Amino acid sequence: MDLQIFWFCLIGVLWAGYFLLEGFDFGVGMLLPFLPRDERERKAMFETIGPVWDGNEVWLVVAGGATFAAFPAWYATLFSGFYLALLLVLFFLIVRVLSFEWREKSESPRWRATWTWANTIGSVGASLIWGIALANLVYGVPIDSDGNFTGDLLDLFSPYTVAAGITVVLLFAFHGATYLTLRTSGDLCERAAATARRLSIPAAAVGAVALGWTVAVAMDKNDKDLFPPLLPAALGIVALALAVLFVFGRRSGVAFAMTALGTVLLVATLFTSLYPRVMVSSTDFANSLTVEGASSSHYALAVMTVVALIITPVVLLYQGWTYYVFRARVGGEEVESPVELAERATGA
Amino acid sequence: MTLAVTTVDLARIQFATTTLYHFLFVPLTLGLAPLVAVMQTLWHRSGDETWLRLTRFFGTLMLINFAIGVATGLVQEFQFGMNWSVYSEFVGDVFGAPLAIEGLAAFFLEATFLGLWIFGWNRLPPRIHLATIWIAAAGTWLSAYFILVANSWMQHPVGYKIVNGKAELTSVWALLSNGFALRAYLHVILAGLIFGSLVMLGVSCWHFLRGHNVELYRRAAKLALIVAVPVTLLQLIVGNRFGEAVTSAQSMKIAASEAQWNTCQPCGFSAFQIGGFTEDDQTPKFSITIPRLLSYMATGSFDGEVQGLNQLQAEEESKFGPGNYMPNVRVIYWSMRVMAYTGVLMFLVAAVGAWLYWKQKLERARWFQRTAIVAIAFPYIAATAGWILTEMGRQPWIVQDLLRTEDANSPSVSTATIAFSLGVFYALYITLGVVDFVLMRRYARAEPPELGEEDGEAAVPAVGY
Repeated sequence: MDLQIFWFCLIGVLWAGYFLLEGFDFGVGMLLPFLPRDERERKAMFETIGPVWDGNEVWLVVAGGATFAAFPAWYATLFSGFYLALLLVLFFLIVRVLSFEWREKSESPRWRATWTWANTIGSVGASLIWGIALANLVYGVPIDSDGNFTGDLLDLFSPYTVAAGITVVLLFAFHGATYLTLRTSGDLCERAAATARRLSIPAAAVGAVALGWTVAVAMDKNDKDLFPPLLPAALGIVALALAVLFVFGRRSGVAFAMTALGTVLLVATLFTSLYPRVMVSSTDFANSLTVEGASSSHYALAVMTVVALIITPVVLLYQGWTYYVFRARVGGEEVESPVELAERATGA
Repeated sequence: MTLAVTTVDLARIQFATTTLYHFLFVPLTLGLAPLVAVMQTLWHRSGDETWLRLTRFFGTLMLINFAIGVATGLVQEFQFGMNWSVYSEFVGDVFGAPLAIEGLAAFFLEATFLGLWIFGWNRLPPRIHLATIWIAAAGTWLSAYFILVANSWMQHPVGYKIVNGKAELTSVWALLSNGFALRAYLHVILAGLIFGSLVMLGVSCWHFLRGHNVELYRRAAKLALIVAVPVTLLQLIVGNRFGEAVTSAQSMKIAASEAQWNTCQPCGFSAFQIGGFTEDDQTPKFSITIPRLLSYMATGSFDGEVQGLNQLQAEEESKFGPGNYMPNVRVIYWSMRVMAYTGVLMFLVAAVGAWLYWKQKLERARWFQRTAIVAIAFPYIAATAGWILTEMGRQPWIVQDLLRTEDANSPSVSTATIAFSLGVFYALYITLGVVDFVLMRRYARAEPPELGEEDGEAAVPAVGY
């Protein structure tokens, strides 16, 4: 296979991995103000993602690095063009990182409430902007013949892109709820399951609309045929429909698998709709950046391909192992969290 | 020179701010991670709970520090494209690879295994749990290598050719074995170990001064000194040798760092001078010069020739056309001296500390304890000065001899936009810095907790995100 296509797919896979993994972290963050009844349950929710959120975020870092390395022109136009949107993302992500680190550092209820909300706001904000940003790649933004973005922040907002942003938020909240249903126990788990049921129909409905809309936008703005974008979009709609069925059927394992699949297929639909371009120009379609035009040299791609093929399986192996180590449910009376143990041990 | 602030100026201020800030946290992680791993290993081997308590204590400091490194690190990757899109497109083929590999090979290791370490105390078998901190530490060292490969390519480009006005990678081996990068890597790793050991020493001395648990902190101080003495000494040698690499790759940087206006042979080292920092004022009003030392530092021989700024400027003009090819001499001269002099001071602190320890006077020598607390600031000062020297010394180039900084920023980003983002970063980073400082101080001053009664609890550290 052509290395340029391989790297376009790989970046799609990295984004899909990021959405799949950080998606439920964000979802858990979004549910923090609503789901838990007391501090113990809030801590339990934090603990379900505590050991893994940082590793999950690295998927984004690698997606960014891979874009820089494999498609310098794409990276340059995208990051300079979406400047203020990315500044907001950075703000939300930084605030969220701090909430994990600082929340436990004081007993004050106000301090803890502040950082709980910081996590929620960071999660909602970052999800919303990622949805809007990725949708804009297909929808098109003003790009001149030199490949420079000529618009401003407001150009990123259109009914379709905002709908995509809201979809990502809702989908992540739903995904987070199915994750919590798997990872918590007792009363908290019951409420997580109830929340998953409540979120399932709106999330699946909005998701289905956004998937269909993406295919329409791809045909309208990016000169695509109905097929292939229709394939991942249709599968995505099926996955979300099954997720609804499974959460109501109380089958939490497969329900989580379906929200995960729905999330991945949303990214797959976007990337399938995008190919062979990486950014559509709304100024003049001919100004659009393409996989071929934006890519690095064959040698650079070959080097990175070798590295990626060797290291990626190892990463998947140890990240998978981490999830295995922390597979125990948390939040029930019978299981004591290390955080609590630590606090008792330190008297903090 | 005009007074108007340009987009490039603001983009540079933003890069300098965010990068120097990020590098306040990175080296402490580079140094504390292996030290914590060593302490946990000592506990694992001996079963002596003193080491477990020290592991917890310094582990907590490491994690508070690490979190800020993660938070500010995201900005690093994004801002190349955000503020420097022309640069990104020019270098991506070469520069992007080490950045992507850093994420894939190193960041995943760090993030995943630190998560396992923090939350795995009573879920993993002790040996495997011990392995997680070593792997996380290895991840931090690996990431430093790849990012310095990338940075060193900007200082001394190798393994590339220019195709259609862009750099293209021709040899990944040349890129990874760039002599400049290997020296810079050693320099930074040693800096990290100096950060780790001097912070450990300073914190231990603070507790000596308060009479807290002297037995416990004597152990910490001993470990810190065992690392600090050889490492601060080695750093003086490595720093000097690194200077030689710079001489061959970036003559202008060395000439500026010595305010050496005219070619000399042999050359004296200006230890201190007043004036002599601008083209109109090339002769210092006052200076203290050590004969032949500059020749040795720059070339490795006491008779070596060092080219002067004036000659280099003429040479560059004939090569690249008219323009000013000199960095800001005053800034470069002083950043070099601040770094080097602080480096010597750090060695003295370590050496005197070791001597006092040897004489069993460390716990009582209050004057030294106060000095060691102040010395916590030294590695921060030295590292900041070092990066100012490295990056400002390369100006006017963003990639040495290939691309000028003034041509490398994002054409689509306005001055107002950068000014706004600069405001956001300042507000965020100042808040972050204040809270982090308060937290670090609180946890550094707290006495390490007694261990719980049950073994299971005893094994849980006072850490967690």
